[in-house]
Amino acid sequence: MMRCRPFRYHAPRTVAEAAKILRGEGPDAMVLAGGTDVIPNLKRKQFAPRTLVALRRIGELRTASDDGLTLGAATTLDAIARHAALPEAHRAARIAASKVATPQIRNRGTIGGNLCLDTRCTYYDQSAEWRQAIDFCKKAPGPHGTAIETPVEQGICWVAPGSPRCWAVSSTDAAPALIALGAEVTLVSADGERTIPLTDLYADDGMAFLTKKRDELLTAVRLPAAVEGWRSTYWKLRRRGAFDFPILGVGAALKLDAGGTVEAARVVLGAVASRPLPVDTSGLVGGPLSDEAIDAFAAKAAGPAKPLDNTDFTLHWRKRVVRAWVAGALRELRGDDSEEASLLSRSAARIPEPLSV
Amino acid sequence: MNDGSPPDPTPLGRKLLMELHVNGETQEVAFLPHETLLEVLRERMDLPGTKHGCELGECGACAVLVDGRPELSCLRLAIECGDAEVTTVEGLIRDGQLDPIQEAFADLGGAQCGYCTPGILVTARALLDENPSPDRDEIAEALSGNLCRCTGYLQIFESVEEAARVGAASSATGEVTS
Ligand SMILES: Cc1cc2nc3c(=O)[nH]c(=O)nc-3n(C[C@H](O)[C@H](O)[C@H](O)COP(=O)(O)OP(=O)(O)OC[C@H]3O[C@@H](n4cnc5c(N)ncnc54)[C@H](O)[C@@H]3O)c2cc1C
Ligand code: SF4
Ligand code: FES
Ligand code: FES
Repeated sequence: MMRCRPFRYHAPRTVAEAAKILRGEGPDAMVLAGGTDVIPNLKRKQFAPRTLVALRRIGELRTASDDGLTLGAATTLDAIARHAALPEAHRAARIAASKVATPQIRNRGTIGGNLCLDTRCTYYDQSAEWRQAIDFCKKAPGPHGTAIETPVEQGICWVAPGSPRCWAVSSTDAAPALIALGAEVTLVSADGERTIPLTDLYADDGMAFLTKKRDELLTAVRLPAAVEGWRSTYWKLRRRGAFDFPILGVGAALKLDAGGTVEAARVVLGAVASRPLPVDTSGLVGGPLSDEAIDAFAAKAAGPAKPLDNTDFTLHWRKRVVRAWVAGALRELRGDDSEEASLLSRSAARIPEPLSV
Repeated sequence: MNDGSPPDPTPLGRKLLMELHVNGETQEVAFLPHETLLEVLRERMDLPGTKHGCELGECGACAVLVDGRPELSCLRLAIECGDAEVTTVEGLIRDGQLDPIQEAFADLGGAQCGYCTPGILVTARALLDENPSPDRDEIAEALSGNLCRCTGYLQIFESVEEAARVGAASSATGEVTS
């Protein structure tokens, strides 16, 4: 059996109490929501918190507002996937939640945990013994890992050995979809509460990937009221139709006027950087969603995506597929086939991958 | 409200005594705060029906029902189960009778080596409880978190379909099957 190392376990009943404990415990404490990311990482000794602060007794984190647009951070992904109250314009949120992991994991995993998901890397998501055998990398520089998010200057990066930073990949499915929808998140600490655009929660660094302070609790996600004309989708690329983290996620939301002209657009890429990557959509706005406009935009969107050799599939192919996937998502929003219906769906094998070198 | 709560916070590295509700019975069990439900079921409650595969959420062999919904016992701390009703494969047997799903798997070759079977049986039970006549796609989706290395899944799908037919037939005659 792979086992967790001993920790102390707190289960406060209110957000205020949880914030107080997190403040008191300092960097040795970690939040436990569904645990579907924390527990495997603990078993692999990627970090070793002395204390876990569990959210399961905090009822206020599981409630949704009457308009259905504010979701408590401990809402399960399954509940979001089935969230009837979400307007059709926000269906990207439901799609993204429904494509995470497996049914059993969605029954347990929460939206807050998904947004705060640890970044991933082939050299990091391994047992302590595996990592020791090639020597620990800087994200988890010892046999018991390190406190998550604590930058460590020394240590090597196996993906980019000369690099001062860690390039572990932001792998949350919900974040690109929710950023495209214009979501905000509320963070609470012993000092009080602040609400920020979800995109500002992230930083492009594999270790310090959240701007949230360690003792801040993410309490809620707020979606904007749906406005006439907006539509959204989320496309996810993975090797298998279940289990796998995204190799690429495309969250896209568009506002079209009655004549089909793009009035506003937000497109966000997942799993191509250490943070969800918003794409500049100014080139799309003001024109129709023609094949030419979509192709030109997709080609440009692929530019900043810099996959490295630390997830599944070869990186050149992953870079190339960004263009096809962005174009597919936009064509769906124009009214063409959905990801499932399109030929590209389900099995990534349908876009032939060049032989690995 | 008493939900069988342990002390808060739990003392480091010391066992706690907690009531767990498993397969319709309440038992007081001693375990460490960092043990998963999988470890406690197998090693402290003598319920080895639930299998350990990857222990990292990547196979579904350890699935159990928590308040009727399938979850992975390798990813859930036992200390988080005090207020829940847990059902393992052992709990599918009622009054000495196999669940129709178990019968169907035995009859139709839904189990070969059997390692994935307990997780699949409980997950399929939850599906049929929610949706008594699922189509093939719905079965595949519900079982998409359960890997099987032997059967190729076809016999598994057929077994679940057979159990659904038996369930429909017996509920038509008023017999309670689950
Ligand atoms: C086999 C497998 C496949 C997976 N596939 C996917 C996938 O395809 N896509 C995907 O996005 N994820 C995937 N996951 C990861 C994970 O299951 C989900 O992201 C899930 O939503 C995490 O939520 P949780 O509640 O379980 O988080 P936890 O594990 O409890 O927490 C995750 C992180 O967030 C922090 N945290 C949690 N809640 C809060 C809060 N309210 N405030 C502050 N910090 C918080 C924790 O401290 C921890 O750092 C997979 C996991 C496994 C094991
Ligand atoms: S990107 Fe480099 S430093 Fe970061 S986890 Fe991977 S190997 Fe380690
Ligand atoms: S043992 Fe729990 S999912 Fe594999
Ligand atoms: S019967 Fe052998 S793994 Fe499924």
